[in-house]
This record gives sequence, structure tokens and C-alpha cells, in this order.
Amino acid sequence: MTEPEAVRLYRTVRLIRRFEERAIDLVRSGAIVGGIHPYLGQEGVAAGVCGALRADDIVAGTHRGHGHVLAKGADPARMLAELCGRANGLNRGRGGSMHAADFGVGVYGANAIVGASGAIITGAVWALRRRGGDQVGVSFFGDGAVNEGMLLEAFNLAALWRVPVIFVCEDNGYATTMPVDSAVAGTVAGRAEAFGIRSTLVDGQDPEAVRDATAAAVDRARASGAPELIEARTYRFDAHHTFEHAVRLDYRDPAEVTRGRSRDPVTIQGDRLPDEVRERVDTEIEDLLAGAVEFALAGPEPDPAGALDHLYASGLVARTGSH
Amino acid sequence: MPRLSYLKALNRALGDELARDDDVFLLGEDIRVGASNVTAGLFKRFGPDRVLDTPLSEQAFTSFATGAALAGMRPVIEFQIPSLLFLVFEQIVNHAHKFPLMTGGQCAAPVTYLVPGSGSRTGWAGQHSDHPYSLFAHVGITTVVPATPADAYGLLVSAIRHDDPVVVFAPAGALGVRADVDFAALAPVPLGVGAVRRAGTDVTVVAVGHLVHDALAVADDLAGTVSVEVFDPRTLYPFDWDGLAASVTRTGRLVVVDDSNRSCGIAGEIIATLAERGVPLAAPPARVTRPDGAVLPFAQALDRAVQPSREQLTAAIHHVTKDG
Ligand SMILES: Cc1ncc(C[n+]2csc(CCOP(=O)(O)OP(=O)(O)O)c2C)c(N)n1
Repeated sequence: MTEPEAVRLYRTVRLIRRFEERAIDLVRSGAIVGGIHPYLGQEGVAAGVCGALRADDIVAGTHRGHGHVLAKGADPARMLAELCGRANGLNRGRGGSMHAADFGVGVYGANAIVGASGAIITGAVWALRRRGGDQVGVSFFGDGAVNEGMLLEAFNLAALWRVPVIFVCEDNGYATTMPVDSAVAGTVAGRAEAFGIRSTLVDGQDPEAVRDATAAAVDRARASGAPELIEARTYRFDAHHTFEHAVRLDYRDPAEVTRGRSRDPVTIQGDRLPDEVRERVDTEIEDLLAGAVEFALAGPEPDPAGALDHLYASGLVARTGSH
Repeated sequence: MPRLSYLKALNRALGDELARDDDVFLLGEDIRVGASNVTAGLFKRFGPDRVLDTPLSEQAFTSFATGAALAGMRPVIEFQIPSLLFLVFEQIVNHAHKFPLMTGGQCAAPVTYLVPGSGSRTGWAGQHSDHPYSLFAHVGITTVVPATPADAYGLLVSAIRHDDPVVVFAPAGALGVRADVDFAALAPVPLGVGAVRRAGTDVTVVAVGHLVHDALAVADDLAGTVSVEVFDPRTLYPFDWDGLAASVTRTGRLVVVDDSNRSCGIAGEIIATLAERGVPLAAPPARVTRPDGAVLPFAQALDRAVQPSREQLTAAIHHVTKDG
């Protein structure tokens, strides 16, 4: 891997890490209402996968979606403004954390329904290719989602109709509090194989490994049209959601958490760079995020009179709920 | 003038739109051979890229259509039976319908969901006889229920060209309807605009879908006794409130006949809206619907007992006009 790519990957994991930490601060200060599902610890997956995509390739993510949206190139300032519900946010304050989308950079949205992105991205990629493009698409989902029937139906459609979708399972070991061992019969890869989909197991904590595995999968998929599955083993450093601390859920052995946190994708990638390069990137990101926080907090609140703007693309105006 | 059947009208609309716009494509179960007749001949004419026979994967192919629509296409899904809408309610309501708002206007999801054979098909029993249009009106999805062949053609064409998701319910009770139609005059019918099917002065009967034909028959029977105006909303959401209010303002009486369940059904919405608008009524309005929570029983007499009948409609009309 050339040096600039290593730097690029580091920049992405570091950006996502610091973005998430800022966002958690903003949840605590009350600027972000409703909380977030932190991506801390899983940055290597989004960075590695999106690092192997072209700008016009498309992705769709999950409720834990900040990393996917940022890694694909959305503006962190507008993303943060979206989390704060501001009119200058990516979605004009209509989506928030779980629906952040930026069609301009190929992000068909974070999606709060577990397993929902697989079929949507399959249809979207099919359409782009029918229109003459050679894009691939990525559907991100967790280990919990592999028990959703619709996702497995999507595997079947993508394989049958030769739609180049990279199904990326981020196996962080838990679906909220449910350990993967108690939830998934057989294996994630086995489910892909049942549909004739080639699968690759990768260390999700190593951004370069994820990038290499994805680049190979993307090359194959783009050329052949066949979907691929990447199972990235990763670890969620923090709570399922920022409200988890309030309810004090007890489901992970502290020793396991310590072990999991010891393999940090930001450190792993950072250690590959000379100190001065890493420090330069860190400074760049601090400046960028300071500006982003300022931009988000200064953003105007959306006008309540327009609460149902954009409900209908056709311009239909809904009846109001009262006189 | 040539006769056009309702089914053929749907088929013609699909064929015309496929020919007109390369972004339109069809998907559904057994549509290659046109098992329902609605897609007959279209696979041969347009090929496998435009007419996609799907595996039995309703949830995935419904969201597949959403994704294709987000990427700029205009999918039309044919559902074999109305109850499949329950299976894909999540995909339609939670994704296709919500994407434009949730993304702040970054996208549109112009998918058409076509349900030929909605409602009782006689003898198909509990899981094949629902008529769930009120559910879609409730969530705010454009919902159309054509009654005539010309409307079946025109409303389906408009649905396909519409920039939001549209559910088109083709009632089983209307599929056999034929009408003399000038084929050259077939044209898009605007969504959200109702039609007065028969003018009258004593009472407005709002009839949905195939029940328009029952209402017209009842109006014929009552001619000379009661002058019945029949209003066909054609689109249940958005509803032509001004058109209906004008009719009821003329007649001063209102009966709604609707083949969906009573509670939270479209009939209740129609009555509530006119009351809210203060349209003066000479008698309390009435509605004839399926019972609350109806499940259609199998035996024919039982199946029929649960659906709105001409007798019930006649009785309701007599009831609201008895003092006049
Ligand atoms: C279909 C569906 N079921 C349940 C939920 C509630 N829920 C939100 S996140 C989550 C856990 C998802 O686990 P996983 O897919 O492993 O992703 P992770 O949270 O670990 O990233 C659940 C159950 C949901 N949003 N959608």
C-alpha cells in the first residue's frame, strides 16, 4: 500500500473517532437530542470498505451509521449539524443520526430498520447498471441483521440477478445485548454460501486489511456482477446507544471489553505512519471538527411551519392536523 | 365503439408506459407469463430487463423497487394477492414513503404497487379477501381505486408517472367490468380528482371501487322515488374534498359505501371531514362497510354477508332520506 493511501485511511478512522467523541459530548450537553449509536471501535470497517470504493459507488448503512456516511465523503460539518437537528444539516434537520444521507456522495442513507439496507441497495445498484453505469453498492449491517428474513431474501435476489453488491457484516459480537453466539445458528459466511455468494472473513480492526479485502471483492463484483459478502470481525468499544449508561445494562465482561479495546483501529493504522505525519493529520482533524461543531451549533433551527416539507416529492401538501 | 375490459385496460396502461418511458419496469410473481392476465404479452414485447419475474421474496423485491426508484427508475410491482401488502407494509410505509422527508428532499421514491383482485374474489376465504386501502390512506400514501376500465387505464398511467409511491387497488369486483371506450380517447386521469358518475338531487352516495357499479344499480332502482347522486372519489388519498363537498352541498344528504372495515375506515374519514367542513346535512349521514375487524369467511353466503350489499345501501339511502 502506498503511503498516501495509508494516510488517507488513518485520516478517515481518526475523523470518525473524533467525530463520534464530539457527538457524544454534544449528546451530554443536550445539543443532540435523542442520542446516538456510537461507532467507536468499528471505524476500521467503514474506512477500509469505503476506501476501496469509487466516488460514484453507493452505500447504505445502519442505525450505527455515522462512520459509513463520513467515510463515503459526506461533509462532517453538515453531518454534525444534522445530528443537532439544524436546517443546514445534510437532511435539513429531518433525519438526524439514524437517517443521515447524502445522495450527492452516494450515501443512500443510514437506516434505522435492521437489515433494511440490503434490498434497497440491491435495487439501486441494479438500476444504476441498467442505466449504463458500472457502479457497485455496499450494504452495511450488523451481526444481528443476519437473522432478518428480508436481508436473506436480498442475498438471493442479488446472487440470482447478478447485482454487484458487497454485503458487509460488521460482527461486533452483539445485537444490542444479545451475543452473536446465542443468536446466529451456523455462521454468517455460511448464510452467504447458501446463496452461492463468495465470502471473505477479515479483521475489522485493521483498516488496511479491510481495504484490501474490499478492493478484491469490489474488483470481482464489478467485473462479474456477482455479489460478495465481507464479514468483518470488530468490537464496539462503547455502549449500544448513548442512553445505555442511564439504564446500566450489564452484559459484557469487563475483561472482554478491555481486551476488545486493546485492538484499536485508530492506533493500529496510526502506528503505520511517521509521528509527524500522524500529528499533522490529527491537527487537521481537530481544526476541521472545531469548525464543524461551530457550524452545527450556529446552524439555524428549522422553521416549524415547514415540519412536513419534503414529505411528498410530487409537491402534494398534506392536510394539517388541526385548524 | 370497441369494448374495453378493466383487466385489458390495466394491461394496456402498463404496455403504453413501458413503451413511453425506459425507466419504467415491472416486477412481480409469475408476471412473465402474466398469471393474472394483467401483464399478458408484456414479457414478449419488452423482455427480461423490463419485466422481471421475481422469486417469492415480497419484502426484498418491494425494497429492491424502492432502491431502483431512489436511483431514478419507476418500478411497478404487481402483487398477486392483497394480503401481501401486509407483508410489505413496512417496506412501503417505513422506507419508500419516508425517504423523501427523512432525507430532507434529497430523493423521490416513485414506485407503483398494483393489486389486481383486491377484496373478495369469491371463495378465496380469509387470507385472500382483504381490501386494505384505508390503511394506505391512513399513512398518507397516494391510494387509488379505479371503478371503470377508462379510469383503470388513466389512473394507473398517472400513478406510474407520479413522483411518490402510489398503491393502485383494482377490486376483484371490478375486473370483469367492460365498457365502450374510444381507445384514442384513453388518457391519464389526474390523481386526487373525483367524478360524479350520476347526477341526483336527494342524496350523495360516495362509492369506492367496484361499489360504484352497485351504487349506480341502486340509483337506477330508486329512480322516481329517490334521486341519487353517485360520487366516485377514484383516489382515496389525496381525496377530492372540494368535489365531494360540492355534491353534498347540492343534495344535503350523505351515504358512504366502502368495502373496507368500519373502524378507522375511509367511510369514517369522509363523514368526519364533511362534518368538520360544516356542509349542512338534512339528516345524519350513514355508512355501509364491512364489519369491524372483518375476516371474510369461506362459504359464499357468509362471504357476501360481510361485504356491503345493495340491500344495505338501499336501506341506508331510505334511512337518510326518510324525512325528506
Ligand atoms: C428490524 C428491527 N428490529 C429491531 C430493531 C431495534 N434495534 C435497533 S439496533 C438493534 C441491534 C442491532 O444489532 P446489529 O445488527 O448486530 O447491529 P449493531 O447494533 O451491533 O451495530 C436492534 C435490535 C430495529 N431497529 N429494527
